[in-house]
Amino acid sequence: MAECGARGSGSSGDSLDKSITLPPDEIFRNLENAKRFAIDIGGSLTKLAYYSTVQHKVARVRSFDLSGQDVAEQDRESPYEISVQEEVTARLHFVKFENTYIEACLDFIKDHLVNTETKVIPATGGGNIPHEAFAYQKDADPEFRFQTNHPHIFPYLLVNIGSGVSIVKVETEDRFEWVGGSSIGGGTFWGLGALLTKTKKFDELLHLASRGQHANVDMLVQDIYGGAHQTLGLSGNLIASSFGKSATADQEFSQEDMAKSLLHMISNDIGQLACLYAKLHGLDRVYFGGFFIRGHPVTMRTITYSINFFSKGEVQALFLRHEGYLGAIGAFLKGAEQDNPNQYSWGENYAGSSGLRSASPELCPTQRARSGTFDLLEMDRLERPLVNLPLLLDPSSYVPDTVDLTDDAQAREHWLTCFEEALDGVVKRAVASQPGSVDAAERAEKFRHKYWDKLQTLRHQPFAYGTLTVRSLLDTREHCLNEFNFPDPYSKVKQKENGAALRCFQRVVGALDALGWEERQLALVTGLLAGNVFDWGAKAVADVLESDPHFGFTEAKRKLEERPWLVDCYDRWLRRLKGPPHKCALIFADNSGVDVILGVFPFVRALLSRGTEVILACNSGPALNDVTYSESLIVAEHIAAMDPVVHAALREERLLLMQTGASSPCLDLSRLDEGLASLVRERGTDLVVIEGMGRAVHTNYEAALRCECLKLAVIKNAWLAERLGGRLFSVIFKYEVPAEVPAE
Amino acid sequence: MGTGLLGVLMERQGRAATTSASSTRDPASDEPDGRRQEPLRRRSNSASAPAVGDSALTEEVRRDRPGSYSGTTSVSRQRVETLRKKRPLFPWFGLDIGGTLVKLVYFEPKDITAEEEEEEVESLKSIRKYLTSNVAYGSTGIRDVHLELKDLTLCGRKGNLHFIRFPTHDMPAFIQMGRDKNFSSLHTVFCATGGGAYKFEQDFLTIGDLQLCKLDELDCLIKGILYIDSVGFNGRSQCYYFENPADSENCQKLPFYLKNPYPLLLVNIGSGVSILAVYSKDNYKRVTGTSLGGGTFFGLCCLLTGCTTFEEALEMASRGDSTKVDKLVRDIYGGDYERFGLPGWAVASSFGNMMSKEKREAASKEDLARATLITITNNIGSIARMCALNENINQVVFVGNFLRVNTIAMRLLAYALDYWSKGQLKALFSEHEGYFGAVGALLELLKIP
Repeated sequence: MAECGARGSGSSGDSLDKSITLPPDEIFRNLENAKRFAIDIGGSLTKLAYYSTVQHKVARVRSFDLSGQDVAEQDRESPYEISVQEEVTARLHFVKFENTYIEACLDFIKDHLVNTETKVIPATGGGNIPHEAFAYQKDADPEFRFQTNHPHIFPYLLVNIGSGVSIVKVETEDRFEWVGGSSIGGGTFWGLGALLTKTKKFDELLHLASRGQHANVDMLVQDIYGGAHQTLGLSGNLIASSFGKSATADQEFSQEDMAKSLLHMISNDIGQLACLYAKLHGLDRVYFGGFFIRGHPVTMRTITYSINFFSKGEVQALFLRHEGYLGAIGAFLKGAEQDNPNQYSWGENYAGSSGLRSASPELCPTQRARSGTFDLLEMDRLERPLVNLPLLLDPSSYVPDTVDLTDDAQAREHWLTCFEEALDGVVKRAVASQPGSVDAAERAEKFRHKYWDKLQTLRHQPFAYGTLTVRSLLDTREHCLNEFNFPDPYSKVKQKENGAALRCFQRVVGALDALGWEERQLALVTGLLAGNVFDWGAKAVADVLESDPHFGFTEAKRKLEERPWLVDCYDRWLRRLKGPPHKCALIFADNSGVDVILGVFPFVRALLSRGTEVILACNSGPALNDVTYSESLIVAEHIAAMDPVVHAALREERLLLMQTGASSPCLDLSRLDEGLASLVRERGTDLVVIEGMGRAVHTNYEAALRCECLKLAVIKNAWLAERLGGRLFSVIFKYEVPAEVPAE
Repeated sequence: MGTGLLGVLMERQGRAATTSASSTRDPASDEPDGRRQEPLRRRSNSASAPAVGDSALTEEVRRDRPGSYSGTTSVSRQRVETLRKKRPLFPWFGLDIGGTLVKLVYFEPKDITAEEEEEEVESLKSIRKYLTSNVAYGSTGIRDVHLELKDLTLCGRKGNLHFIRFPTHDMPAFIQMGRDKNFSSLHTVFCATGGGAYKFEQDFLTIGDLQLCKLDELDCLIKGILYIDSVGFNGRSQCYYFENPADSENCQKLPFYLKNPYPLLLVNIGSGVSILAVYSKDNYKRVTGTSLGGGTFFGLCCLLTGCTTFEEALEMASRGDSTKVDKLVRDIYGGDYERFGLPGWAVASSFGNMMSKEKREAASKEDLARATLITITNNIGSIARMCALNENINQVVFVGNFLRVNTIAMRLLAYALDYWSKGQLKALFSEHEGYFGAVGALLELLKIP
């Protein structure tokens, strides 16, 4: 971990004195571009929010202007050109810190805001004002749902544990009510803790508590009942009287034990009150927030225990990853009303947000100091609203991710190792993608550091960035790459592969057309799967592609598992194809090059020939070597020039290219571009095809739709293949027909 | 604890024991039916039921009990005889062994006839004399003289009920005394409740040769409260409430007559807190409890101030200012927080000011004691209020020894309940605060329903 320690130059190590322990520009990122600024000075913490613009590089693709050039398209190496442009996007920053640092922070802020057109909005003060929570919730609802990962959000009880406790009943996005509170909260833990021990810092008190034995200080049921509690059906370990044993003059108590007893006392009390309020209002879910909870596994555990105990399991304790900004965010968004938040969606920038605070001493000191003192949340504004896929069977219960790595330790170890091992390759690729840049190598190293840090944090604290999934690992990597101005490291690779694949298109289509109907159906599917073998995202394949650039489409087909496949619904699919054509198919494409051009397009073409309309949905922004929407437009244009079927379909709008709204190798069907969703509805889509490991296995493997669905993937990871009961390059061909739709 | 309370008792018992041993052979008072109702209906519940032989001996011994009514005439004789048959042997004790305090109630018969007195074994007499002629026993035992209930009739006997308490950590010495002085020869029955009835049961048996009759603490509590409320307090009301609790000048403690006691929320604040909803004499449930109780107040005070007694902690609290320690709504908002209807004086964060070094240094021990008291009391009030709302009950009776000589807490409970419920809930208190469990145990001994 030494390399982590070296980060954050100018930091004063792990000293937790009154100085800012890290360079303020790492905390108040991008402050000089702040357009709006809000501050909320609470009882013990200061929260601030600012809205800034970020300038970053984006890769654009553009068709060559063919007029005036006589080079035959077929001879050209690449089908389009790539340019890197500067783009300005909006970002929300939320920073939270203990009031101890307020002077130093305010000085820094003043210095940096002086020359900007800044509107300072005096926030409400008074810490945790739940009303604002709901302004926030309302305006950024998809984000919130994403964070909670709990679809049935209303109604619920919100318990905000700051210095004191506020309890709010939330019925809908607009209806909420302050129903009560308690003075025994985080301030009580901190204040009493500081009196009882030599420890004066909140985090250190928690750390102290985690090493203590409360039974030395608390009077337990067994202390009063002796051994008889068992025959009475009482749990002897229940606390009968907090601090009951300290009622004596002639005994010394350890600081750890007292801190632990205090922690239990306060957590239990809050949990009990929360249950009483939940019962009174008939609610079975309680969301906990506030600095007492935020990021502290210890308090989350004790609160959860308390809730389970007092409600006998009837009430569920839930936590948000980034809360406690509610006051600041609410005040902030009020000031930003003119922006009409309904026009946008917000997505968390994993690269800029801090993880949950750590009580783990193994983490390197700077990391601990920073995360323990300053909490950061960044959200990027996405230009278009994101909505559910209208075809989800039950949008409220849809969870995109197949495996929760927070729970599954074995899978977690595997994937973390996998991402660590792949890091070298990604760094190399990033440098290679910007041959003209002088600082590419340096930035790539910074990227390596940042992502490596995050992976190490996750090893110690799997829940550090919320629910840990393969998707979040992939997305975090993309965000970190963007952070260091590698908007599209695979742009060159994709360009080259698209060019090569386009050159083969006619040959592949010709061969398919020469086949008999039944043979052709299998070949189309095999082609789709073989194309999916071409994936730089999978290390097993990346190694092959790296060492053998001529790894061909035919070779890929040979690699594929023979039928019967690991999951093989092909016969059923074939029977279906003998029936009436689908009205409209929605296809989520995966990789650039062979995959989309020689796998997906021939399949699309066959569907079109059957009279089925096709919506081809690609990523809005780059992720790995996945085909982006802009690239798909150019690719389609080139194919149309060669193929009358595609040409006619594009012209007649029977083939429509759409963007998903995402920039991820995975697919979240609850966050799709609004335009795509309405088109799906308009066209009466009755078939959804999801292709690739990221979209059909890591996510959506269990997703239930209201229409027929094909989930296709080649398992390009030996460990995963084995876990699923197959081997490397096993095939998933899942054809699902919902119960109410007649199958054939 | 040295030889205080128990030392004296032991001495007297010593002499008494011999007398009693000789008197057990008196055959004069054989009952015609030869059988007496087994007074310990709950005894079968206890883990170790007595062997048959022991039982027989017990019966025999009981028959030997000196009869005091042998000379009375025919009409009342039958009724008296019935009572007498049901009546257990003296001494009549009810014991409640809590986490911190042992509560002992003792019935002193005042209608002892000369004949009876003559036959009374020496040990019994000495116990009676000792307990009733002292107000303090050793360094830790105390008789709450002001609580004594006079001229009570129990099982046909007239007498006074005495209320005595001593710390639970002196329990082993108490039992040891029983052993040393052969207390078991009195063949008295100890009806005991509280967790200590279980914890010390084996010690009572093996060390003191005494079989405890263990009783459910909540049953006893309810029984004790209802009984004590029904007999009043020497002509006055047992139950009371506070008028203008927040106003030192005009605050008044006024009697309250529980005409219709049900439903009732009963909040028993001992070391910890139990909250019961009582719907009728025999129908009640434990709603919840909290570990933040009297033990927490005293325990935290010991740690924060170095005080050594509950009284000292309360005395310090009475001189302190909790607003130096607690963060109030007005400290954060500058005044009331009208949006939520929060008054500026309300505590936003208990001990919240202690997050700051300067304020820690400025707070006195008295301030800390006061804040501890306010914190624990407010929290109990808040939980009680929520329970009352959930159970749809509007009268809340607070009992338990936390409230002993604790007017600050009682007035605060009264005020908080009234304020936060907008006058819907009434906080009631009872003169015999912490003794109801012990009274309930005594009633069990006497089979008084």
